[in-house]
Parts: sequence; C-alpha cells; structure tokens
Amino acid sequence: MGAQLIKGNEAVVKAALLAGCRGFYGYPITPASEITESAARYLPLVGGVFVQAESEVAAINMLYGGAAAGVRVMTASSGPGISLMQEGFSYLAGAELPCVVVDMMRGGPGLGSIGPEQADYFQIVKGGGHGSYRNLVLAPASVQELVDLTVLAFDLADRYRNPVVVLADGSVGQMMEPAAFPAPRPVPEPPPWAILGTAATRTNLVNSIHLDPDRLERHVRTLEAKYRRAEQREPRWDGWRTEDAEVVLVGYGMAGRVLRAAVEAARRRGIRAGLLRPLTLYPFPTAEIRRLAATVRAFGVVEMSTGQLIEDVRLALEGRRPVELHTRLGGNIPTTEEVLDFVAEKLAGAGAGLEVPAHA
Amino acid sequence: MPDLAVVHGRSPSFYAVFDRKEDGDPGQTHYCPGCGHGILTKLLAEAIDALGIQDRTVLVSPVGCSVFGYEYLDVGNIQAAHGRAPAVATAVKRSRPDSIVISYQGDGDLAAIGTAEIIHAANRGEAITVIFVNNAIYGMTGGQMAPTTLVGERSTTTPWGRDPTVHGYPIRVCELLATLEAPVHIERVGLGSNRQIMAAARAVRRAIDNQVRGLGFSVVEVLSPCPTIWGLDPVEAQTFVRDTMPRTFPLGILRDRTATAVPRPPLPSPPDPAELPGILGLDGATAGTTGGRAGGPRHAGADHRIVAAGFGGQGVQVLGEVLAEAGLSAGYHVAWLPSYGPQMRSGTSNCHVRLCGGAVDSPLVSRPTALVALNQPSLRAFLPRMEPGTLVLFNADAVPPDGLPRGLRIGAVPATAIADRLGSPRAANMVMLGALLEATGMLAPGVVEATLQRMVTDPAWRDLDLAALRAGQRAARRALPATCLHRTAILGAPGPPGPGPRPS
Repeated sequence: MGAQLIKGNEAVVKAALLAGCRGFYGYPITPASEITESAARYLPLVGGVFVQAESEVAAINMLYGGAAAGVRVMTASSGPGISLMQEGFSYLAGAELPCVVVDMMRGGPGLGSIGPEQADYFQIVKGGGHGSYRNLVLAPASVQELVDLTVLAFDLADRYRNPVVVLADGSVGQMMEPAAFPAPRPVPEPPPWAILGTAATRTNLVNSIHLDPDRLERHVRTLEAKYRRAEQREPRWDGWRTEDAEVVLVGYGMAGRVLRAAVEAARRRGIRAGLLRPLTLYPFPTAEIRRLAATVRAFGVVEMSTGQLIEDVRLALEGRRPVELHTRLGGNIPTTEEVLDFVAEKLAGAGAGLEVPAHA
Repeated sequence: MPDLAVVHGRSPSFYAVFDRKEDGDPGQTHYCPGCGHGILTKLLAEAIDALGIQDRTVLVSPVGCSVFGYEYLDVGNIQAAHGRAPAVATAVKRSRPDSIVISYQGDGDLAAIGTAEIIHAANRGEAITVIFVNNAIYGMTGGQMAPTTLVGERSTTTPWGRDPTVHGYPIRVCELLATLEAPVHIERVGLGSNRQIMAAARAVRRAIDNQVRGLGFSVVEVLSPCPTIWGLDPVEAQTFVRDTMPRTFPLGILRDRTATAVPRPPLPSPPDPAELPGILGLDGATAGTTGGRAGGPRHAGADHRIVAAGFGGQGVQVLGEVLAEAGLSAGYHVAWLPSYGPQMRSGTSNCHVRLCGGAVDSPLVSRPTALVALNQPSLRAFLPRMEPGTLVLFNADAVPPDGLPRGLRIGAVPATAIADRLGSPRAANMVMLGALLEATGMLAPGVVEATLQRMVTDPAWRDLDLAALRAGQRAARRALPATCLHRTAILGAPGPPGPGPRPS
C-alpha cells in the first residue's frame, strides 16, 4: 500500500465511509463545501443516505434522527453553520447519540471571512449549546491525520455515545497531501438502544427530557462520569523534542505544523524549544502539560484566535509557569519566522527566575 | 385499508399504564380534561393497530404539549427539539425505509419555529406522516400567540386580541403546503363533534396507510380544543372548534395524489466492503490494496519551497497540483496549499508547494526557494518576501528594469506568448512549470510528463500541456540567465540544505 495525493475535504469523506459511516446530512459553506459535495457523490454508491438539508439546524437534527436509527452519521460545516448547530449538539449529547461533525473553521465573528482561523475553539471545545455536556474534539494538522482522526472520531462517538467534532482550520481541508487509508470496515451492527422500526427495538426511547429533578440530576451525573472517564483515557497529543526543552510551544492544526518548523529553527539558534501539539482538545492533554511543567521554564501558545486555546494551557499549568501568546487572525497563518521572533523575544528569557529541577 | 370501525376500549398500541411519566398519576395522561390531544392519541393508536404496524412505527415528538407522546404510544419513540421533528423523521425514514415514521407536532412547533423543516420535508416528498395539532395557541408555555391564533383572539402576548395590522393573519399551513408539488395527501379535519372526530380518524388512518403503501409525504392538520388556555369548559371548547375555527381553517382534502404517486425507489443494495477502495478511487492507497506511492529516502535533505502566483484562471493551482503529484511520484514528501482566503479576494491566486526529502513540517511557504509569477501584480506582491538567492521566474518578455530587490536569481519566460503560439494562452502555466523544472532540476521531466498523462484526460489538452511543458524547458535553456539555472541550494533561509546541482 502507498499513499494518494488528496484534498483534505475529500479525504475526510472517504475515511468516514471506510469507517462505516452511511449517513451524511449537510448544508454547503466555504471552506467545507467540498465535504458535502464528496458526500453527495459517494454516499449513494455505498448504499448510504445523503441529504442536502435546508439549513445547518436541519442538518444537525437529521444527524439526530440518523443516529437514533443506529447509523454512523456525519455532517460538516464551518463557523457560521456550526453556530447554528449548537442547539443540536446539546440535544445529541443529552440523548446520548453518537455522531461526527467536521468543523473547517473560518474567520469570524459574524460573516468574517472564508480564510482559515481557529476561533471556534470556545464554541466547540467548551460547548456552545445549553446544559452540562461536552463534545469530544479531535484536532488534525495534516490530511493523513484528517483521515486517521475521522476514523477514530466514529469509534469514540460510539464508545461514549456522544458527538465528536473533528476541528481544523479551513486550510487543512483545502490542502492536498499524500494520505494512506485504512482497510474498509463492515458497517457496524446497530446498537441495542437504537430505534429501527422493529419489534425488538419497539420499547426503545431516545429522549433528553427528565422533569423529575432527581432523575435529571442522575442523568447529568451519568454524562459527567462519562466525560471524567474520557479525560482519563482519551487525551492524545504529539510531542516533539520536549525531552530537554526549556520552552515548549503549544498549538494545534495548521498552527501546530508551523510550530514544528519553528522548533527546529529555534534550536538552530540555540534555544532549546519543544512542541506539544494536542490531538484531542477535549479531553485536553492536561496531565502531559503538567508533566512538562516540571522541567520546562515557559510555555508559548500560538493560535489563530485571540486567546482561546491558551485558557486550557493556563488551566493545566495552574500558574506553575509563565505562558505567552502569539496570535494571527483574519485568514493569516503564522509564519515560522514570526514564531521564531516570538520565541526569541517573549520566551527565551521567560521563567528564568523560577526554580526548575534538573533534567532527569 | 381496513374499514373504519368504532373501537370501544384501549388499543394495544396505547400503553395501559404510563410508566414513563416522571410526575403525576401514571394512570392519566398529562393532557387537560377536554384537550384534543387525548382524542387524537387514541385515534393514532387505533390507526396503528388497524394497519398492523405497531412494531414498525416510530413516533417523533418535538416540543410542546406533543412532547410526551412517548409516554402513551407503545411504539419506537424519539423525542426531538422544538420544530425539528420533520428533519429528525427524514433521517429515520431514509435510514430505515421499512419503518413507519410519524411526526406529531403542535402549531407553535410546526408553523412557527419549525417552518423551514416542515416545508422542506414536504418539498422533498419525504415518505413520512405528519400529524399537525392546531389549537390556535401555545398550550405548554401557558397561552401565548401561535401563528394560527385567530384574528381578535386574546393570548398572553396579544392581551387585546390578535390585530392583523400588528401580528399578521393566522397561517393556513395546509394551503401553504399545497403550493408544493411533492406532497401526496394534505387534509384538514377537526375534533369539534363526533362527526368531525370520525372524519379525523379516517384521515389519520389514510395518512399513515399512504406511508405503508410506500407513497410520499402526507399531512393531516387537526383543529383541536384547548379549553384550559382558551378559558372555556370542554363543551364550549369543542363547540368553538366545530363552529368557529373552520371559518378561518376550512376543513377538507386539499391534496390527494395517492392514486398517481410513485413510490420512492428502494436504496440499491450496498456493495461488499471489500469493493469500497475501488468505488472511492483509493486502490493502492488503502490498507490491503497494492500500488500507490509514498515518499522515500531518495531525496534526503531536499527542501523545495515553491510559490506559484497569478490571476485567477491562469492555472496556478493546477501548476502546483501537477508539481505535487509529480513530486510524490518521484518519491518526495509533498504538500500543496492553495490560497482560498483573503488572498483570493484581491483577484490573485497562489499556491504553496513543498517537495521535501523528509516529512513536511509546515505546508505554508513563508520563505520560498522559488517563485513562479504569472503576472506583474503577483511579482510585486511576493518580491518583498524573497530572500537573496531565491529563484524568481516571471511570465514576460523581460524582467522589469526597476524596483527589484538585490540578489535574486530572476529570469523572464514569455510563457503566455509561447502558449498562445502552441494553441492556447491557458497553457502558460505548463510553460512556466517546464521552465521551473529546467531551472531547478528538482524533478525529471519524464516524471512530470507521466503525471500529466495521468491527470489530463482530454487528449487535446494533454497534448497541448505536454508541448507547453517542453517549450518551457527549451525557453528556460535559451533565455534564462546562468544564475537561474541548475541551482537549488537554499540560501539565507532556515532549513536543511537543498539537493545541490542536478546530476548530469
């Protein structure tokens, strides 16, 4: 097996179908439209369902119906459309229905631009809908990771009966890179709680309303326990040259790719830099950041939003180490050179007074 | 369809005890005395039993007094968000075509917040049955104006009565939906008298039977009493439904195309999973298949960072894509990043291509090793970012005499003129690609030609592109200054050294 040069937005659909996805409900929006177009082309060929919805509100509720019917389902959108879907995320989480949503982020707020940004972090990672729920969030930085994490997203969605979001800035979907695909999986059997219109499933109920205070509290505690379990088991990240690093850069998606180049450039300048690139934004690799804080003097967060990811880094560090922020906006992607300047100016001397144990 | 018979007693599809109720008496519904929902739920249960579809039925209950449908009907149950039941029902029905899906909605739900969902489900001809309960008021939230509230009728949000000059007129949903082509059955009935209730029972049963027969979208609007909110006793409320509401909402069949409706064709049987790589065009790139390409160790240390730029329509994206495809074939690690954001707005188009010996760190090219500029605005836009030693190929007869940074390796290739002579100026991108190959030696021309053979399916264009590629190589040999040729070392930029001169 080799690899195929393929656009991210096309690869995500093919990966989903290989993972057993057989329902796609979507509404077009730049820069995610090719996902919906690819789905329109391929879903019917594999015996799946494709519907172009009348809105993102309808699309996410179609996911609700398809998931309730026991099918692996997916949609894709970008910032403004994702905002419209927030009601549905809450209902899906409340009814414990699995689904996969791809968010190819664009510039905001409002109509913003179609260029790549990472400013949907709060609404996706922290939850933009009502109630105590979380989305599980995966953050690919390459077309290969888009493939791998989309497949993982379906497994996590089923495992936790919860929405899983594949969150990337628009450039990840627009670019072409070689990708290798996993072997096709048989379509999974519908889960026992699904409603199929059969005698065996007649007494099943998909529901998120619980008027009795104690019952609702029990239900939300169940969700909470599920999220605690995910926090223990599911954090994933890509660490690069962190073993001896004095400063560690934190970024995801395209920004994370640039940071890897910046780490190399900084090391050529004699700055011992490392990279922590979260692959899961929820659950966040909090424990890994705390572990690094034992030996790292300062952290630098680089994101294409005005400071959203940095809040999780700060929460992880709980004040143990200084954290500096570099951001680009509006569709601009940070360059290696400007990140290098950021590292040299803001990080190289930061945390110098802090007591840092010797490297083991 | 079986003849309608009056059923005395409980239908099997109606739960005997409402165990799912979380508050109140499990022996009683949550509906108020005299509410039409109780009657309608009974009619639904009778229809389900008469048609013998209890196991196949899926009830979708969105927000409003209809939300607790799952407490009463012993069928598959899905509770949905406010107004979204037709979207939920769409996906259930399409996913499980043998199921019988009933969307049970009130007037605030269907005619206000869910207007888009009902119109589009109807317009797609979804093979579902919609039961629309119209009591001209918001019941569950305590009596606010509904889209169906009658003119002059008081509600908590129209305390002086509905004034058409301020609140508009009641929406006639059936008439609205009857403007669409797809619905097969649209009917309005009432629960204002025994005669009306018998007609309602027939309509509900027909609308569900249509689905059993595989026909398309059916909707029954049911005028229904809400004595509690209306402030009437049950008899007065029923009289209001019988005598007053039909003046605004006339009863009857608005659409019946059941005789001519064509059932939606069944989904084709799904292919064997093993066929998926072929169907998806992924042979060679999927685990368990053979072929495909991958980066290898052949280009250790190489780091080509190319920016191609021009007007939209000059084919710079295609140039980049061919370069990346050929690079992959030749064993490079590659990435191709198109401009699609802010840059696109200014009318120029550009792409970043990286061909590396090892994994590509960032697809973004901020310090190119080569710039291919197909027009002057692109040249001017990118020149300030060029470092000394960068190769710049410019589509023109001559390099502009002024305003150029020092130290660039810059040369002009009259690509548009060459392509024009070959047959079309649109092949200028391939002329420039040929020149780039000649100047850098990053790829053997044969690899690029093979890539074009594979990518360009139209024979005329393929021949033109191949001719343009070769003409570009010749033009580069002839016209480019010696400093532009056969040097790919990366000067003044971070990154490992380039592969050096092309082996002869």
